[in-house]
Amino acid sequence: MDEEYETPIFKKVSSIEFNFLSPTMIKKMAAAKVVTPELYDKEGYPVDGGLMDIRLGVIDPGLKCKTCGSKLKECPGHFGYIELARPIIHIKFIHLIVTLLQSTCRECGRALMAQASITKHINHLEMIRKKKGLIESFDYTKKIISNLRSTNKCPHCKRRQQKIKLEKPSSILENEKRISPIEIRTRLEKIRDEDLALFGINPTSFRPEWSILTVLPIPPVTMRPSITLESGERSEDDLTHKLGDIVRINQRLFENINAGAPEIIIEDLWDLLQYHITTYFDNDIAQLPPARHRSGQPLKTLTERIKSKEGRIRHNLAGKRTNFSSRTVISPDPMIKINEVGIPKEIAMKLTIPERVTTWNIDYLKEFVKRGADKYPGCNYIIRPDGKKKKITDETKEAALEEIQPGYIVERQLMNGDIAIFNRQPSLHRMSMMCHRVRVLPHKTFRLNPAVCAPYNADFDGDEMNIHIPQTEEARAEAEILMQVQTQLISPRYGLAIISCNQDAISGNYILTKHMKFKREEAVSLLLSIGETDLSALPNKDIVTGKDVFSCILPKGFEFHGQSRLYKKDPKDPDAIVKIDNGKLVCGIMDSDNLGEGSGLLLRNLVKHYGADATVEILGKMYRLGAKILLKRGFSTPISDMDIPQKAKDEIEEVLQKAENTVNELIKQYKEGELEAFPGRTKLETLEFKILEVLNKARNETGVIVLNSQDLTSDTRIMVDSGARGNTLNLAQMSGCVGQQALRGQRINKGYFQRTLSCFKRNDLGPAAHGFIRNSFKKGLKPYEFFFMSMTGRDSLMDTALRTPKSGYLYRRLANALQDLKVEYDGTVREASGHIIQFEYGEDNIDVSKSEGGKLNVARILKG
Amino acid sequence: MVKKSKINHILVPEHKKLSDKAKKDLLDKYNITLNELPRIHLSDRAISHLEPKVDDVIMIIRKSPTAGESIFYRRVVNE
Repeated sequence: MDEEYETPIFKKVSSIEFNFLSPTMIKKMAAAKVVTPELYDKEGYPVDGGLMDIRLGVIDPGLKCKTCGSKLKECPGHFGYIELARPIIHIKFIHLIVTLLQSTCRECGRALMAQASITKHINHLEMIRKKKGLIESFDYTKKIISNLRSTNKCPHCKRRQQKIKLEKPSSILENEKRISPIEIRTRLEKIRDEDLALFGINPTSFRPEWSILTVLPIPPVTMRPSITLESGERSEDDLTHKLGDIVRINQRLFENINAGAPEIIIEDLWDLLQYHITTYFDNDIAQLPPARHRSGQPLKTLTERIKSKEGRIRHNLAGKRTNFSSRTVISPDPMIKINEVGIPKEIAMKLTIPERVTTWNIDYLKEFVKRGADKYPGCNYIIRPDGKKKKITDETKEAALEEIQPGYIVERQLMNGDIAIFNRQPSLHRMSMMCHRVRVLPHKTFRLNPAVCAPYNADFDGDEMNIHIPQTEEARAEAEILMQVQTQLISPRYGLAIISCNQDAISGNYILTKHMKFKREEAVSLLLSIGETDLSALPNKDIVTGKDVFSCILPKGFEFHGQSRLYKKDPKDPDAIVKIDNGKLVCGIMDSDNLGEGSGLLLRNLVKHYGADATVEILGKMYRLGAKILLKRGFSTPISDMDIPQKAKDEIEEVLQKAENTVNELIKQYKEGELEAFPGRTKLETLEFKILEVLNKARNETGVIVLNSQDLTSDTRIMVDSGARGNTLNLAQMSGCVGQQALRGQRINKGYFQRTLSCFKRNDLGPAAHGFIRNSFKKGLKPYEFFFMSMTGRDSLMDTALRTPKSGYLYRRLANALQDLKVEYDGTVREASGHIIQFEYGEDNIDVSKSEGGKLNVARILKG
Repeated sequence: MVKKSKINHILVPEHKKLSDKAKKDLLDKYNITLNELPRIHLSDRAISHLEPKVDDVIMIIRKSPTAGESIFYRRVVNE
């Protein structure tokens, strides 16, 4: 069979079984028997039969494991065991032991139930497990057990049963008399395999008497390494300490038994051994005092290693950390490229890239080593071909320089042009992690071009971001091809540019293309300052327009037809239609509809015709052009921008007065009962609706007056008109009238008895008494108006504070549920196991990131 | 004989039962077994008028905001 077409072999895990180690198994897998609590001999060499026996693995460099012959880091470690002088109860199984003792006969060892019902229950249990699952069958087991416990006469041998109780932590009482683990073990041994299924135990893999330990496995030294302190002293792991206690007491117990010591002494030692083994498993048992170091801090034994926040699971498995990464505050720099990231020199000197030494680059790499770790760009480590890592310091520099030859790896410091993955949490979409080129800069923040704020959803009010430095050629290639900023220009959500101009860049280009004129020299210096060197597109005239300047950064031969924001207001305005002919902006203004995020097709078409690389270049120039224009011209929003002529003020006053009169008229009608109720509404509700309608209409009218009377050339107005920031409602609220404050879609109705505030009359239905703010922000709010405003302000603050985490979690769950869906070659959307989710992706088979705003431009496709 | 659906509601799209031939063609087209198809319950009210049996395939014609009309298939199950 042709190998290429062979179906891949995969295996399914049908079940996982966790088992108990049998005493035989423990002995079988042990590499050594531990007989002495001593660790090292006089020379500091591990004692044979001690806890650090080299048959259990090696933790010292230079030594070889006696079991497998491997060196440090190669040998995984091997288990040992100790023979316990007397059986010891495994503390984690104490409840199982008690239940089994309570539910079986103390004489014959059968379950306290007639044979017929045993068979019946076992069959039923099997059925539940098959049909409903393990959890349900476990619940049923509990029911059986509670039944067995209350039986006090064995149906098999007819003997009376005694009351068995657990005395915490590890003694078991029968009729208030303690039974020894030896006795318990013999009783458990008597339980028949056939009866075990009743307790949910599979007799092929577990026998109850195994939970009374007769041998104890000694974990390999590799999982309890000792550390050498600076003074040269060895400090052992907590587990080793604990095991030392166990072995010591165990040996004493052996000796005492052999010497025929009195029973009391043996009992005492036995209890002590039980205590040590219990705390070895779990040092946080309620009734037991925890075993402590000499310093008084409790030992961290097996259970503590696994559980809780600092345990293996939550700390090491769920919370892994990564090297070659860095995090700091971000700040903007429009003068670096969009696909660059500014990295502080301090960080660049810590992060490294491994470069393999060859005969061709040895001289180049030696320069790095020569500079050392403290002189940028230097080298922090070299790695010998045998994998040994050496730090470069002033002392080791010379030796390293001598030593270095092809095959070595030099970890050189980060330099301009290296690849870094830049990320901001929450990483909600793929644009949250993009690959940037490194640009080493002074100061202590990461710098990013503000054009990439949108995909990261970043701002500069203290946001922090992370970078990661890929360490292999494969990783770098993958990052470059799949994750570079260029590849993420078009959002897969709506098929339009997500990396685009914003804020100043839009205002700047708007001003430029609307009415700016330059002397030729000025235009040239402006273009050169943003990095445009091809000035051939600039017309040969003494005075050039802003449109000419803008055209210079467009590619030659670019054709584009679109609309500006003006089109919605007045389609006949000469600047409403954007027309780019042969790379020249003929008419139209560059505003947020053309340059902004998620709108307009200008950037989309550039990507389509000239590719992503050319587009980021152009976008970068556009951004810098906008910023430079504002720098040259000056841009500010003075308080006087909110001024409107006296005439407009009078008009607004008139509109508001008229609205108030209408409202009063409505109230009068309502009070006289003449108001006609809307269907399904009360008269009061109808009145509220009508009042709201009148007042909102009035506010909108004031807005129109403001817009028509304002200075159209003010910077505030430019921001609104260009779509860079702010909207007409903001303008209306600043200069006209703030308008009705609403809580849950209604006028403000709460406060005191029959009124909102004590400065109003009771039952006043008028606009002012229910949160209508007549004044503008410029004019200033009355105290009660301010209070109403604070009410809605607090309400919306609470709303956002409560909604953000909720919707965030909602989205996270959705994204996790959909994460491995994929579009197959036959166009179906399937999940990992091949089940069809959708027959045609998105029902229309369109790849949004290759479309224009989710649609296909059929006309252009036909044209070719 | 095709009975009209008893549910006449704007949110319940048209359901049809596939013939054996159409069913086989569908499975061949996507190179799947019945197992890979999305499912619909035997007792679903939207298909009660079709007198469905287990392992029938139901074709659903939905109105779609992106494509105008979209076709979906479900396999009848009873579990």
